[in-house]
Amino acid sequence: MKEKKQGGAGTMKTLGRLLKYLFRYYKGSMIAVLVCIAVTAAAGISSSVFLEILVDEVIVPGIADGYSAVAQTLTTVILSMAAIYVVGLVCSFLYTRLMAIVTSAFLKRVRTDMFNKMQSLPLRYFDTNTHGDIMSCYTNDTDALRQLVAQSIPNIFYSLVAIVYLLVVMFNSSIWLSLVVFVGVAAMVLCTKSIGGRSAKYFVLQQKTTGETEGFVEEMMTGQKVIKVFCHEKESKSDFDEINYRLFKDCETANKYGNILMPAINNIGHVAYVLVAIVGGLFVLWGVPNLSFSGLESAGVGMGAIVAFLNMSRQFTLNISQVSQQVNSVVMGIAGAKRIFELLDQQPETDDGYVTLVNAEIDENGNITESEKRTGKWAWRHPHKADGTVTYTELKGDIRMFNVDFGYVPEKTVLHDVSIYAKPGQKIAFVGATGAGKTTITNLINRFYDIADGKIRYDGININKIKKGDLRRSLGMVLQDTNLFTGTVMDNIRYGKLDATDEECIAAAKLANAHDFITRLPEGYNTMLTGDGSNLSQGQKQLLSIARAALANAPVMILDEATSSIDTRTEALVQAGMDKLMEGRTVFVIAHRLSTIRNSNAIMVLDHGRIIERGDHEQLLAQKGTYYQLYTGAFELE
Amino acid sequence: MVKKLAKSIRQYKKQTVLAPVFVTLEVAMECILPLYMVYMLEKIQADNSIGNILTYGGILLALSFLALLFGVLSGKFAATASAGFARNLRQDLYYAVQDFSFANIDKFSTSGLVTRMTTDVSNVQMAFMMLVRVAFRSPVMLIFSLVMAFALNATLAWVFLALVPVLGGILVFVVFKVNPIFDKVFKKYDAMNESVQENIKGIRVVKSYVREEYEKKKFERTAEDVRRDFTRAEKIVALNTPAMQLCMWFAILMICFLGSLVSVQSGGELISSATLSSLIVYAAQILSSLMMFSMVLVMITIGRTSAERIVEVLDEKSSLTSPENAVTEVKDGGIVFENVSFKYSETAEKFALKNIDLVIRPGETVGILGSTGSSKTTLGNLIPRLYDVSEGSVKVGGRDVREYDLESLRNAVSVVLQKNVLFSGTIKKNLRWGDADATDEEIVRACKLAQADEFIQGFPDKYDTYIEQGGTNVSGGQKQRLCIARALLKKPKILILDDSTSAVDTKTDALIRKAFREEIPDTTKIIIAQRVSSVQDADKIILMENGEIGAMGTHEELMKSSPVYREIYESQNKRGGEEE
Repeated sequence: MKEKKQGGAGTMKTLGRLLKYLFRYYKGSMIAVLVCIAVTAAAGISSSVFLEILVDEVIVPGIADGYSAVAQTLTTVILSMAAIYVVGLVCSFLYTRLMAIVTSAFLKRVRTDMFNKMQSLPLRYFDTNTHGDIMSCYTNDTDALRQLVAQSIPNIFYSLVAIVYLLVVMFNSSIWLSLVVFVGVAAMVLCTKSIGGRSAKYFVLQQKTTGETEGFVEEMMTGQKVIKVFCHEKESKSDFDEINYRLFKDCETANKYGNILMPAINNIGHVAYVLVAIVGGLFVLWGVPNLSFSGLESAGVGMGAIVAFLNMSRQFTLNISQVSQQVNSVVMGIAGAKRIFELLDQQPETDDGYVTLVNAEIDENGNITESEKRTGKWAWRHPHKADGTVTYTELKGDIRMFNVDFGYVPEKTVLHDVSIYAKPGQKIAFVGATGAGKTTITNLINRFYDIADGKIRYDGININKIKKGDLRRSLGMVLQDTNLFTGTVMDNIRYGKLDATDEECIAAAKLANAHDFITRLPEGYNTMLTGDGSNLSQGQKQLLSIARAALANAPVMILDEATSSIDTRTEALVQAGMDKLMEGRTVFVIAHRLSTIRNSNAIMVLDHGRIIERGDHEQLLAQKGTYYQLYTGAFELE
Repeated sequence: MVKKLAKSIRQYKKQTVLAPVFVTLEVAMECILPLYMVYMLEKIQADNSIGNILTYGGILLALSFLALLFGVLSGKFAATASAGFARNLRQDLYYAVQDFSFANIDKFSTSGLVTRMTTDVSNVQMAFMMLVRVAFRSPVMLIFSLVMAFALNATLAWVFLALVPVLGGILVFVVFKVNPIFDKVFKKYDAMNESVQENIKGIRVVKSYVREEYEKKKFERTAEDVRRDFTRAEKIVALNTPAMQLCMWFAILMICFLGSLVSVQSGGELISSATLSSLIVYAAQILSSLMMFSMVLVMITIGRTSAERIVEVLDEKSSLTSPENAVTEVKDGGIVFENVSFKYSETAEKFALKNIDLVIRPGETVGILGSTGSSKTTLGNLIPRLYDVSEGSVKVGGRDVREYDLESLRNAVSVVLQKNVLFSGTIKKNLRWGDADATDEEIVRACKLAQADEFIQGFPDKYDTYIEQGGTNVSGGQKQRLCIARALLKKPKILILDDSTSAVDTKTDALIRKAFREEIPDTTKIIIAQRVSSVQDADKIILMENGEIGAMGTHEELMKSSPVYREIYESQNKRGGEEE
């Protein structure tokens, strides 16, 4: 519906762009396909022409003059027909086969183009589009596109070619009768418009109700255990019945119109067919002079011409109904293409950084040289455009934020004037209620988002100058929402360092205290994780994501509620391992449990995007402010 | 499987039968049409008069209008039948799930159930519609056209009869050859889409590990794999069109050749040019009906997989039912575990609970503590009979839980689940889940007990505040308190809180427990928690370790006797407490 409001221009533009996209990569194949379709369509039509020739030049004279007089002609006609059909068949074989190859290749290209584009998009895109919407580009929209490219485009082209041929032949044969056929075509077009339009309207409605039903079912299925516990099954059933009935009604109406369209079009074709016969009969009866391209013939319409014409009119209406059958999938395909193009048109994450991260060797004088190997030391490689020289700065993990303001949307600032000084090797903690801006700060350090105002410096370098990939590589992140990928447990740990050996992975797992539970899994490290690790508990997933980060072994770590679902005893063990790993490295910690951050060098208490208190544990307790209240909350109970 | 699904047709039997009946009638009209056309043309040729033209023309027009009418009717009935069938199928699925026990629910994922009720049902609906319309249309069309062709000219009709098995053979070959490939490729296709979804969900991980290029390569491999298989399948499917054309054109050629030959040799008596034309129409009808039939086969195979997934749910028997002559009165809140062992499935190797013996007196407060995976939740779930024990017995109010009527038992034993949900609707509506007839005063009282009244009063719409789906507009701690209030409204004899105050700050947590102690002293309270502070003042604390009772006693006793308990206490208290 939306497309309609924006007018046909947008739709045509999308279609044009789609065709351009298709032809850019498969120009040769597509041209071959179109030529082959044209030939095949011509071969298909030829039967009508040949039938007329047969009647006029073989059967009629044959009946009059005997078989021997026309034997030669019959053979010639049949052989030329056969020859045309053979060519048509070869072309048909070629174009269907080519189309099969081109469609699959094209869809793969669309998918990989989308995926590659998606990888380059900033997080903002993922915040503003639901996962479901992005996914539907890959599923529904690509499926609709497949239908359009594989079926509709060749079919419509075939029908159009056939229609043009038939028009020429029909007009050449009899303009009067052609007009009769046009009356039928007009009726078919009107019918498609009215029934098709209504059907489209109700299909949109059905789509909406389906969405509502899906939402309802999803909510109920998620809460199914609660329903059981409250013995609420009866109410849940009657609520469902109501929405299910609405869906039924919409679906019924939509399908009624949808189902009526085809028989209506087909049978209007039949009516036109009969009308041609009637009018043709009358013409013969009254000896109406035939009007064709060759002018007014005084001879009148012949019987052979009517028979041939009947055949043509039937083919003509069949082709029209072929086109009308494709209307729905064309509309859906173009809508899908539009959404796909929207994704492809998104602005990728900009990256103007030129400072890169390298492995470094540092001699006793503090001279830094670049190294191929992993040396356990890192340096920033800083090329200077002006004089072409390169300087190296040792990566120490000194991160400073100066008066940073930030908002995810321009209208709403979520961080106000935040300044943080993290010296190398310090552990900096953020404390505050949900929405206070803790995670936002870490999202700015790794440049998931760019700051509105203020400065962030990393070892004295403005982070905007650092290449995003290198910046992020230097920051190990463990997020609260652990995202694991389909693959074995080992694969998931190895995600942190792709060339790690099994031994390294296991060592990382041991460090994260994950080794124990992994060995108890049915296949140990080779256990397949599916659907984001649905066969693991949240705590186990967190242990795995810590192992993954431990393996990556980045010089600076950001732990965002990394241990929130792990019981306190295990957490203490993980903590010990992490502390050992992170010795001498800068760490940012966000934690729910104050016990986790007690030993931090500095604790920032955040409230509504402002740092309201800062200091170490003892200092903050001495201040007797918010932190003190939070911390002592537990002890009031004594 | 078909039988099971057919049960869902129910009140739409009439339409289900009428749709194919009218399809048949429509086809009959369509098939008579070309034959009659020949009669008309021959008649005109022999004796061209207004009368003849109008009579035959009129009959033909009537035939085509009848065909139109029948076609429209069959379309309407098919729409009602298929939409109705889908409606009943969805209902059967939904009702089946409502009767599931926890063990049944565990077997299916939420998204799996949702997909079954939406995508799978619409696939089956499509297949059903195909079945009542096209699946009838094609064979009927085939037979009628053949009959008509024979009526027109038996000699030439043999050509069709010879071609039917040829094209049929090719189509069957294609369908059978392609189906297994499609089965495989659709699985790969699903896996590909799942990996995209994973990537979207985990985009922060991808970006923070700078794995964009790695992900692109991985996706390129999967997409290439899908492309290869699709191409292979599509290439075979692509044979359909030329095969169809081959047969069609061969038929036309033969009709033209033989027709002309016979016509000429017999001096125009046997076959008229009109007959030739109509025979070509029949040829087209016969061959295209075969073609359509092969399409139906493909649709039905797609529907088959969905149908299997639907039947899986319909076949799932609820593992828990109320016994006959069930006890409907729970005497008191006493709980006894007698040598209880439990595992989640019969085939599981590991027992989730082993040899549990436990006595809880009515009105007692019991704390359950233990690390993740120590089966604390499992222990709680056995009391309202959310699962059945594998060995031993659980008694509530002095009787085995298996003797009670399920609804009565669960009304007496109120559980606040760990993964709890609120439903879209007002706060009041959500709370009334506990007691549909609760007065406003009762609701406020329950909320005061659960320390929820204060923040609810702070909302502009107070108790009429609308809760969004999934409770996204209240904080975690508020949600937990609303869930507790909802459970309290049942006025249960036993209240089980499964980690239900984890997001509530410690002070409020303490207030809730204080309210419980003072206001509902007769209710047995079982508190499953991570925090020692939540259970410290309980009459009895049970420390679970790997599905067994590791230690039991009061806080003071355990501090002395259990090193594990002491360790947990210290990990939480010596170094600090917790924050909301």
